[in-house]
Amino acid sequence: MVGILASVIDGVLVGAVYGLAAMGMTLIWGVMNVFNLAHGPIIMLGMFVLYLVATAFGLPPYAAIPATIIFGFFFGVALYWIAVHRMIGRPELMSLLSTFAVNLILIGLGTALWTTSPYNVPVEMPGVTWQGYTFTGTHIVAAALAAVIAGLLYLLLYRTRIGKAIRAVANNREAAELSGIPTTQVLSFAFGVGVALAGVSGTLIATLFPFTVLSGEIYQLKSFVVTVLGGLGNPAGALMGGIALGLVEGLATPFMPVSWIPIVEFGLFVLCLIAFPRGLFSALKR
Amino acid sequence: MWRRAFPWVIASAALLYALFPYVTNDVQLRESLLLAAVYIILASNLNLVIGYAGYVNFGNIVFFGLGGYICLYLVNDLQWPVILAALAGAAGVSALALVFGLGILRLRGAFFALATIGVNAAIAQLVTNFEPWGGATGIYLAIDAYEPLGGPMQALWTIYLLIVGLMAASLLASYAIRNSKFGLGLIAIGENENAAAVLGVPTPLYKALIYSASAFLPAMAGGLYFFKSGIIEPGGAFSLRTSIEAIVMVMLGGSGTVIGPALGAFLYEESRGYLLTAEAFSHFQLVIAGTLLLMIVTFVPGGLLGFVHRWWPRTRRWLE
Repeated sequence: MVGILASVIDGVLVGAVYGLAAMGMTLIWGVMNVFNLAHGPIIMLGMFVLYLVATAFGLPPYAAIPATIIFGFFFGVALYWIAVHRMIGRPELMSLLSTFAVNLILIGLGTALWTTSPYNVPVEMPGVTWQGYTFTGTHIVAAALAAVIAGLLYLLLYRTRIGKAIRAVANNREAAELSGIPTTQVLSFAFGVGVALAGVSGTLIATLFPFTVLSGEIYQLKSFVVTVLGGLGNPAGALMGGIALGLVEGLATPFMPVSWIPIVEFGLFVLCLIAFPRGLFSALKR
Repeated sequence: MWRRAFPWVIASAALLYALFPYVTNDVQLRESLLLAAVYIILASNLNLVIGYAGYVNFGNIVFFGLGGYICLYLVNDLQWPVILAALAGAAGVSALALVFGLGILRLRGAFFALATIGVNAAIAQLVTNFEPWGGATGIYLAIDAYEPLGGPMQALWTIYLLIVGLMAASLLASYAIRNSKFGLGLIAIGENENAAAVLGVPTPLYKALIYSASAFLPAMAGGLYFFKSGIIEPGGAFSLRTSIEAIVMVMLGGSGTVIGPALGAFLYEESRGYLLTAEAFSHFQLVIAGTLLLMIVTFVPGGLLGFVHRWWPRTRRWLE
């Protein structure tokens, strides 16, 4: 019984990081109705920022987090102008394809630079032992940092002027433009924030598990599941969805072979999408 | 349908395509053309959903992979003849797609696209864990599986002819659907689904039907293709990347046209062969595919054929 509880707690800790990754995706969807299919490779880039900072420059691993946020933001703004700006207001197919093109380019460049062999950045962090079960220190720190970053996003969206502008654009772009909000700049800013969130979640994931150039794809799929669970365009729901997914993983681990867990996840995903296209939590609210 | 010139052009082009490696007796050329034909089948059936009905199916490869698995299982474990097995696989996958389609096609736009990624991932994982189909290692055919077709050498030629036949069938079906009431309904759905529904197009039924129809020929091609390879494993059968490449091909040639996707598939496949063999490009193949896709989507969303149609409007009449 204690074993299951420990597994569930660990699942929730990791789930908070999934939630962070999904927040980036859902924020972009909520503001500009674009599904960022370059999400996975951006998570991968966040992982490699950790690798560069910790291994190549020899700095403490957690110094990678502000680096990823800053780099991710400007990278996101650049991506917006290259691949997304011209797709706003055109059929969804177009933005899906253009962001997927970015996905291919990033994976191709990543493979050329770092090959597809696994990387591991050892992070020293004392764990917490409870009733014979040790909770890894990195998992606890990652979950705490994810919560802090989610809190900062909340402050940005609800306590600042630019946050108000983002929410206004998400609500009704024409009305926002008429009230004098430079909506194009706001869109590029929001895209930058979304990409920075994806990148930083990658950095946190890399402190937990080994990674390759292709690992971003797995977390992209998990982000889809989480966004659908939490309701598209709803950052708070994304965090809850992430924790819910972590909970499912933690609960399922003691009972079935690890290779069956993705089937549960994707089954849940498709069912959820069909039954509650507006998210599990919005269905509960009604 | 046969009164117009276009189907005859397709049929004779396919005949030439089939005979060319025979006449030159060039095995390497045959392999390259076979791969291109497989991609033409994938792209032109995907076009039915993307180009006509306007729904993005990111998981289109699931038809191909599942068809391959069913066929190889029937051939290997139950000793069915390969053509019958491929047909059974195609029928099974098509029926499955119809059931799935009625469920997930209630979703629109990006939600549908996401669901197709989920379906592909779920089925890939399911097959990876399905022991009767060899789990993660897949199914290997014994060499005597080729005996009924006159040994491995002869079997390769037979499979080539069959796949080219499927390619011709894909293009003809694409043409027939485009020039039917059904196709008109689909194109209306692609333009504006609400308006189509108001005008009396039975949208849920049409969408599910086209989703299911677009599964049949790719599933059969999957059966024949993996029979030819003699091996099938989950990574190769359900590769999301191949799925996306098929979308690139459709966009490259011009979505919503009949021969556009085929043209795109042929060009993409042949130029990829060149990129892979050229030393300088082999690492950057994905980068090139990505850049190409980005350029098409940004600057020429109509693809090759859309470009031709825009500059020479007369070609619209005979180049569909």
